[in-house]
This record gives sequence, C-alpha cells and structure tokens, in this order.
Amino acid sequence: MLVRFFGTRGSLPAPLSGAGVKAKIRDALVKAIGQDLTSPEDVDRFMADSLDFAAQSTYGGDSSCVEIDADTDSYIVCDAGSGLREFGNRVMRAPAPGKQKVFNLFMSHVHWDHIMGFPFFVPAYIPGNRILIHGCHDVAVMKEAFNRQQSAPCFPVNFGQLGSTIEFVQLEAGKRYDIAGVSVTTKAQNHSGDSYGYRFEQNGRSVVYSTDSEHKLDSLDETDAFIAFFHGADLVIFDAMYSLADAFSIKEDWGHSSNIVAVELCQRADAKRLALFHHDPNSDDVTLSKILDDTIRFEDISDAGSGLEVMTAYDGLEVTL
Amino acid sequence: MDIGEARYADLVLLTPVGRIDHITSPDFQAKLMDAVGSGGPVPVVVDLGGVEYISSVGLRALMIASKESKKTGGTVAVTSLQPVVKEVFEISRFNYVVKVFDTPRDAVAALSGDALAALENG
Repeated sequence: MLVRFFGTRGSLPAPLSGAGVKAKIRDALVKAIGQDLTSPEDVDRFMADSLDFAAQSTYGGDSSCVEIDADTDSYIVCDAGSGLREFGNRVMRAPAPGKQKVFNLFMSHVHWDHIMGFPFFVPAYIPGNRILIHGCHDVAVMKEAFNRQQSAPCFPVNFGQLGSTIEFVQLEAGKRYDIAGVSVTTKAQNHSGDSYGYRFEQNGRSVVYSTDSEHKLDSLDETDAFIAFFHGADLVIFDAMYSLADAFSIKEDWGHSSNIVAVELCQRADAKRLALFHHDPNSDDVTLSKILDDTIRFEDISDAGSGLEVMTAYDGLEVTL
Repeated sequence: MDIGEARYADLVLLTPVGRIDHITSPDFQAKLMDAVGSGGPVPVVVDLGGVEYISSVGLRALMIASKESKKTGGTVAVTSLQPVVKEVFEISRFNYVVKVFDTPRDAVAALSGDALAALENG
C-alpha cells in the first residue's frame, strides 16, 4: 500500500508566492558563500547537506487530497480538494498499470476546501470513466454541494454536463465495508456539519484518514473510540491545524485539532506513523518545519518508548506502508 | 494524585504532585474548579514545581478553569514549571494563554497584595 499526498492544506489553498521563492533562493545563495561549488554534483551535495526542507522545497499549497494506492483495479482517493487537479493530471499523464478508469472518492465532508478540485479533475470530463463518490453524509447533501459549485454563476460547466459516469454512494458511520478489495471502516468526527474518518486496510497494512476533526477531550468514551479507530495503524493522517492552546481557546469549536492531541492519541493507539495534515494556510514553510520539530520533541518527552514516527505531510509526499 | 491546597487572604494556592495525564486529570480539574468557584473573583495559583509532566487533558483543565475564573474577574496562573513541563507549555503555546511565573511568590505578588501580605506573615 502506498499513500500519495496531492493536497495537504486546510481551509484554503496557499501557494508559495514569488517573494517566498525569491527569499528561499537568496537564503540558499547566502549559505553557499564560501562553499566550493564547482560542479552540479557539488551543488547537489551542498543542497543535501546544508539546506533543510523548508529552505529548498515547500510543503505545498493545495487543499486536501490523498491517494490510497492499494492492490486494487481502481483508484482510491480521499477528498476532492484542489490537490485533486494534480492527481487527475497524473492519471492522464501516466495511468497506473492494472487500474481501470474507476475512481473511488471518499469524502470526509463537503466543505468547499474538500470539493473545490473536482471541477478541475480532468478524468471527470471523459466519457467511459466512472466516478464513485462515497460518503457518510446524506447523498442528497453531497449531490447538492457538488452541483452547486458547478453551476452558474460560479462555474461555466455544470456538474450534469460532465462526460464521465458519476455515482454517489451512501455509507454509514461506524460500519466496515469491502470496497474495491479494500476494507474501509468509517468513523463520525466532530466538525461543523459533521465529518467522517476512514480506515483503509489491505494485506495487513492500514492507513487512517482523519481530517477536519476536533478533539475536545471532554468525553473519555469519545477519546477511546478514536484510539480504537487508530489502533495499530501503519499511518494516521491527522488534522493538526492549530496549536493546542488555540484549539482550546480562540479557535474552540472551529472543528480542528492540534499536533499535541495527534501525538497522544497515536501513542495510546500504538500507531506506527503520524502525518500532520490540514496545515493552516497562514503557516509558511519555516513555521511548518518548526511545528514538526516541536512535535517530534513532544513525542519524545511525552512517551519516549512509543516508537511513533512523526512526519509532516506535504504535496508530493509518498509513504510506503 | 496528591494536590495540596492553601489559602492566603482571597487567593488559593494549589500544589499538585506527580504526573497530570488522562488518568489523574479528573482529580486535578475538580480541585481547580473548586478553587475557582469558591466565591467571588478568586485568584488561583497552581504551583507546578512538583509536576513532572502535564498532558493535553491537564492543559485543558487549566483552560476551563481559566475561562470560568474570567467570568467573575478572577485569574488562574501557574508557577515553577519544571523543564519538561515548560517545554510542553511552549510546544502547545499554552505559555501565551495562561500566566506563567517563576515562583509562587512572584505569582501571588502579581495577583493579590492581601495574599502576598498573608504569605509573608506566615
């Protein structure tokens, strides 16, 4: 099982600006002063040894979209944020061997940042392709959301004009399904208008996609339910948009959680890896790297023996399970 | 968990000892809420010098008590953070939303003149 991240931002796409690129180039050149860089290989070595992730790359700016590449003959994708555009382009450029043009989308919910990529998903325009939009919200609610964003005056191509065959599939929270040869378990989450997490399992490997989920920690039963949902997962993709202080104070009831709660739940669930996800669009690359460093340190001081590996998801990250 | 309590004039000083986590935080929260709700605008100082670790639910208890206290014009402050607890406050950004002092005396002095006099007079 392979997990590919196409969009990792929360709430709104946040592309790196030209000024941001210029600042990175300048910082890199300043660091290169006095270095013996006489060949491309020297430059490669310098970049690897002297420039951290934030200095030479970016966490990306697209909103939520994650592919679960399992041993299946169809595609599995979580959420249709703006990252879905690049996922579709990738499929158009290089279709995965052995996969038919069947796309299983699993919707955490239908807030705008989680559906905005669909009008730019090229496979949706191609007759013969089949798109199954799975979700635990009422199908009528999901249909309305997808239709609304592709209707005048918001978009020139109506949802009903798309060439592919599109079906909405009603799922229920707290149930396990076999979909495309993968076990899929659903979980209700606390978010405005509700959201749902998904646990995908196949061949002894498991990944949990749990975004737009506020953990208020006011119910032991609810906390225990999430620990059970995450239990033993090879990877937990977790909404860590805010600091714990913000999540408990000025951003309480905004529907998101923190890196601190992410670590604690994953430790208690004996999860193997944690990917911080749904990054605040106001956080630049340096800030996100600082949050990652802080989170790794917190994992160490809170339960040094847990063995939990902490990473920050970025657009383009691939994790093999 | 063991949580000491002392009163200096209008101020309540709590001294929890040990680890504040999902197991012990209910006791911690109950004690905090008792102190905050003990009538009028009560300043509450929590001496964390004897606390080796505080988890998210412990921090949540501090936040709930702080919010409740503000309704009556009171304050919740913490003091004497041990290195690991200090790191947890910094990583969680709780050092921006809860008043942090180096010592109980510093906190008492900042929150209540009457309490400081009572503290120094034994």
